[in-house]
Amino acid sequence: MSKTTNQANLPALFFSFFKVGAFTIGGGYAMLPVIQREVIETRHWLSTEEFVELIAIAEMTPGPVAVNTATFVGYRTAGIPGSVMATLGVVLPSFSLILAIAVFFPRFASHPVAQHLFYGIRPAVVALIGHALYKLGRKILVNKFGYAVAFTVFLAQLLLGVPPIPTLLLAAGAGLLYHQANHGDAQKHNNEQKHDPKDRR
Amino acid sequence: MRLFAQLFFTFFKIGAFTFGGGYAMLPLIQVEVIDTYGWLTLNEFLEIIAIAEMTPGPVAINTATFVGYRTAGFFGSVAATLGVVLPSFLIILLIARLFTGLTKSSWTKGVFTGVKPAVIGLIGLALWRLGSVTLTDYKTILLFLGALCLLIKGRLHPIPVLILAGLSGLLLA
Repeated sequence: MSKTTNQANLPALFFSFFKVGAFTIGGGYAMLPVIQREVIETRHWLSTEEFVELIAIAEMTPGPVAVNTATFVGYRTAGIPGSVMATLGVVLPSFSLILAIAVFFPRFASHPVAQHLFYGIRPAVVALIGHALYKLGRKILVNKFGYAVAFTVFLAQLLLGVPPIPTLLLAAGAGLLYHQANHGDAQKHNNEQKHDPKDRR
Repeated sequence: MRLFAQLFFTFFKIGAFTFGGGYAMLPLIQVEVIDTYGWLTLNEFLEIIAIAEMTPGPVAINTATFVGYRTAGFFGSVAATLGVVLPSFLIILLIARLFTGLTKSSWTKGVFTGVKPAVIGLIGLALWRLGSVTLTDYKTILLFLGALCLLIKGRLHPIPVLILAGLSGLLLA
């Protein structure tokens, strides 16, 4: 797994991930092709296989995929200083751009033209969220258990006002029970695999 | 000083519980930033999402920087952005160091069997709340349906859809 993990110097890590951060419009999976070109094809810091594993890890851990990738690649190629430089690099473009907008935004937002623009943009943003819901829902809600959890969470929040974090923790518990009940044999097998010492470097 | 700490810890919480990225963390931001602290109004929140879509970078970071600056100036934006990035930074560092094959563990699979559909429920709630505030007359409902059609059926990228919607807003408002 580590055969392709090349050493990297700190400025190269910073600038590569600065580029990734600067050209990732829309967030989420939009920046995967940019990362792929920069990190795999140009710099050879990761293999394609490692990249796929990294996306899975990014999905299972909190935080934006771009940040997860930067931290991971930075650490793998240049230790903790590397992870700091790569993460700084990926965050800096959006940080400085949004800061600039926030500084000039108050005047911009009160302008009548901007208000008319946002009259049209706000419903479209609601549509963006609807679209995300549609796409993610089709991918994630694959069985009755999924639908039951999604609707329970929706109703529990809407009607009872349960905060999101306890809701997610309860859902995690339900998922564990459901998974145990349906894949009990698979777990034994996986536990054996987990103890298998694997050399990474 | 208290405001900086509040910004940092609020966005740390958001960063720590945002699985899947992107729109998954909108409900949490909504609860913390709008309902609990009143740092933004719902309309300002929608404007930030639009700005975040039109500018590079993850939505969570854009929101943190913006809210931080609005509530406590430059150092507020630094505190909020650091807060939102730190949880994933630390967790990934730990994983890169300690684990391989985490994705194959039965425990993580079980947890995510429950968490993923729950995130769908959360996004549904965000849609419900933002929709009920925004879609108040036939024009906004029309704009919403038109944009949704372009996104799902037309497979258009969000940016041209937002630009078209803005221009329609100029004509309709």
